[in-house]
Amino acid sequence: MSPMLEVHGLSKRFGKVVTAEDVSFSVEPGTALGIVGPNGAGKSTLLSLIGGVLAADGGTIAFDGKDITTLSSGARSEMGIARSFQIPRPFVDMTVFENVYVGAAFGGKVQGQAGYDTTAEALEISGMSHLANVPAGQLRLLDRKRLELARALATRPKLILLDEIAGGLTEKELPPLIEMIRGLRDSGVTVIWIEHIVHALLAVVDELMCLAFGKILAIGDPREVMASREVIEVYLGSTFDMGEAAS
Amino acid sequence: MTQAVVHPHAKVKRATKSSWVGLAVIVVLLLVAPAVPYLVDKGTQGSLVTLFSLIVMATMWNLLAGYGGMLSVGQQAYIGIGAYALVYIADTVGIDPFMAVPIAVVIAGLISFPISFLAFRLTGGYFAIGTWVIAVVVMEIVQQVPALGGGIGVTFNGFSDLTPGRRIAYVYWLSLVGVALAVAVTYWIMRSRLGLGFTAIRDDATAAASLGVRVTRSKRFVFVVAAMGCGLAGAMIAANTLRVQPDSIFSVNYAVFMIFIVVIGGIGTIEGPIVGAVVFFALQQWLSDLGAWYLVILGLLAIVITLFLPRGLWGLLSGNGRIRLFPVGYRLVPPVAILDVTHEPAPATSEG
Repeated sequence: MSPMLEVHGLSKRFGKVVTAEDVSFSVEPGTALGIVGPNGAGKSTLLSLIGGVLAADGGTIAFDGKDITTLSSGARSEMGIARSFQIPRPFVDMTVFENVYVGAAFGGKVQGQAGYDTTAEALEISGMSHLANVPAGQLRLLDRKRLELARALATRPKLILLDEIAGGLTEKELPPLIEMIRGLRDSGVTVIWIEHIVHALLAVVDELMCLAFGKILAIGDPREVMASREVIEVYLGSTFDMGEAAS
Repeated sequence: MTQAVVHPHAKVKRATKSSWVGLAVIVVLLLVAPAVPYLVDKGTQGSLVTLFSLIVMATMWNLLAGYGGMLSVGQQAYIGIGAYALVYIADTVGIDPFMAVPIAVVIAGLISFPISFLAFRLTGGYFAIGTWVIAVVVMEIVQQVPALGGGIGVTFNGFSDLTPGRRIAYVYWLSLVGVALAVAVTYWIMRSRLGLGFTAIRDDATAAASLGVRVTRSKRFVFVVAAMGCGLAGAMIAANTLRVQPDSIFSVNYAVFMIFIVVIGGIGTIEGPIVGAVVFFALQQWLSDLGAWYLVILGLLAIVITLFLPRGLWGLLSGNGRIRLFPVGYRLVPPVAILDVTHEPAPATSEG
């Protein structure tokens, strides 16, 4: 069985700023990969490269055994890659239901009644059913994040890319989200999840990657990665200094 | 831990009570409108053709800008192409004028297709200026063609064997079919999956693409449809005025009219451009004797409406979207209690 995602030698730079340099890794079907790293490490950029929002400067991306390096994000969505944005991008003049139905009708390729059912299911899973007919522009930040998730789910993805979906949640709100993502993974969806809340990640992911300055610092068993000295130095040891400076 | 598997059977409503009223009104209008040539004089029929052409233009500009997010200032290119194509095909090639109109519409669409590759290299304000430049270039090219009358223009003789009364009635019916088709096609597009995608693109193109919407392909489709619609408006104008002159048929005033109509009527709705066109047409009739003051009043009106009625006159008439004659949205019918907040202008949401 080929990997769900195989990234090889991926690179991306903006002027002199390197956000991905020779990044290679693969994710097996039905597993979850967590990504940690200091601010500006290139985590969101990596998701943008996989999702097709950004074009890579070099390297290849294969999804489900097919080379997708040059495909548009629309084409990748149809193939089964879904993405939630760190800063939510709702369609503000459409209702929550319509927002999610876009995902079902296009990425998920289900229209009419089947599309409505898929949409309702995605709303149910993300806990947004009660807001279905509310214009998305009226949502609070937290609901906007949920909407990102609901839209991604409605595309019926094989691979879902989650970008700080738990950011801003309270400790009480975390367990249901963790259960949901674990449930997704258990149902066969491959998950790549960027998160600063490490204990939430560790509760779900099978593998963990630590990124810094566009390079993979460590990848493998989550606990080993978190225990490795490079990660402690670059990620944990520097968050206070780096975090302030980078933001 | 297993996921609670939910298989809801979603019930979704699209039509509303008001849209059934709207449908009834439209049916009555379509039954009465064809009889107009037997009821009113030639001048009034000519004015109605002008009104219809304004509705077609504004509907197309709304499709481009209100739904597709493409602020074109160059749609007069296709008005001119449609007008010239009608005259050339009917008079020089010798095809029946009624057949020549759809051919002119197709020609406008065919020409807009390669132009879209040029225009789509630009976005935002650059797209607006770029489309304007393209329209000027099209005019300059047309003026170099002797067969199209050069800088002087051409006279439309396609209906010259008809009596004036019969001719204007034919042009009226032709325009009535044209405006009905333009609105119907727009409605059909906006109700379809395509329309859902356009609306998503307008709100956030990057997010739309990530959900599987083919952004460029969709935009190109709207661009070509809008060009065809403007070609139709141009053919209607040529058939009505019988005279096509390059600097008036390619005038940027048409772009200004379209924008004005859509802004005062209500952008992003199918009803808005129709309401706006009627208001603009009435103002034009009443204020045309005032000279420059006419434009000052139009400008003031546009400013006032932009400031106080961001959803335009239709937004006011419909109670901020409560009434929908052409429903294109999707409403989930609640199996349980669903918060049902009606469309109010979204409050500024603080991020973070």
